[in-house]
Amino acid sequence: MCRVVDLKQAVLAKNDRAADALRAGLAARGTTVVNLLSSPGSGKTALLERELGLARERSVPVAALTADLATENDAARLARSGVPVKQILTDGLCHLEAGMLARHLEGWLPDAARLLFVENVGNLVCPASYDLGETLRVVLASVTEGEDKPLKYPTAFGLAHLVVVTKTDIAEAVEFDEAEFRANVERVNPGVEVVLTSARRGLGLGTLLDRALAAADGAPVHAPVMAREPHGHGHTHDHADGAGVLTQPHS
Amino acid sequence: MHEMSIAMAVIGQVEEAAERAGDVTAVRSVRLQVGELAGVVPDALSFCFELACAGTLLEGAELVTDTVPGRARCTPCAHEWAVGMPPLLSCPLCDGGATDLLSGRELQIVGVQWEDGRTPVPTAQPIPEER
Repeated sequence: MCRVVDLKQAVLAKNDRAADALRAGLAARGTTVVNLLSSPGSGKTALLERELGLARERSVPVAALTADLATENDAARLARSGVPVKQILTDGLCHLEAGMLARHLEGWLPDAARLLFVENVGNLVCPASYDLGETLRVVLASVTEGEDKPLKYPTAFGLAHLVVVTKTDIAEAVEFDEAEFRANVERVNPGVEVVLTSARRGLGLGTLLDRALAAADGAPVHAPVMAREPHGHGHTHDHADGAGVLTQPHS
Repeated sequence: MHEMSIAMAVIGQVEEAAERAGDVTAVRSVRLQVGELAGVVPDALSFCFELACAGTLLEGAELVTDTVPGRARCTPCAHEWAVGMPPLLSCPLCDGGATDLLSGRELQIVGVQWEDGRTPVPTAQPIPEER
């Protein structure tokens, strides 16, 4: 017979559970994940290369994973900083998922790593939906991308704990309007911090590392409006776990 | 486009639920709630769903999506508004800064309609045969 069954399950419940398990597992060994999201070509790798170098100078043990559809170019660039780096090739997949990250960490993540930077696939749409077990989610945009970028990609910017503007050394040449950009960020994510950087000129360097270390030390991170569960539920994963799923047949 | 990954997550969860139920022979439809701010395009999801269902218990199943509008409420002044797209998440009246998102982030399987091997339970006494 035909039956209607209530399931009440979050579609991404599996990823959310994997992310929670990864976050807890890494926390137990003293590692905090920082998830970096941006469009392709925003300057994630250039900024991260400088921040990793700074971490090394300050003797902060860090490691980095970088994801791309193809090539190991970014891993080669990041490895110049001297910290442990690993390339993830997604073979065409547009985003990372928590389970994929966990598999890549197995047997590789150095025991001492205090921070693990994950450079997500360059894409502001898909990676926004996937929790990777991070404590700090950073969304980057370069000054060339337009002040309305946060409005065009509201889910990515709306879920950020920190927003980083890159390539400010050419802000004047491209007539970047900082006030307008900030107002657009504020519209989708009230209260989030916006940091201006230039990897080339060394402007704002160290801020990302400082914020990541503060988060690792348990300092409260920004709580985006969009990340708060509807109805004041407070967290985003469901309670349905295996046999606990509600199945109420209607005849 | 991550709608294919989303479609496969939906199928995986329905298959697991069907396996727990034990005697499901076919899935007719799956109903989803998709919030305006979930970052998922329902049309792209339907397209991927149809492709990904091939060869599974869900082959031929219809995907029904209910779009949930984004609504927010200002904690200081209690004003409620439709957030729109792109969303406005700071209070348009008092600029209070403390906003509760009431709805719009849903990405949830609400329910499924499936065929199982059970026979309908009679709800009334059968009418006695006429002699």
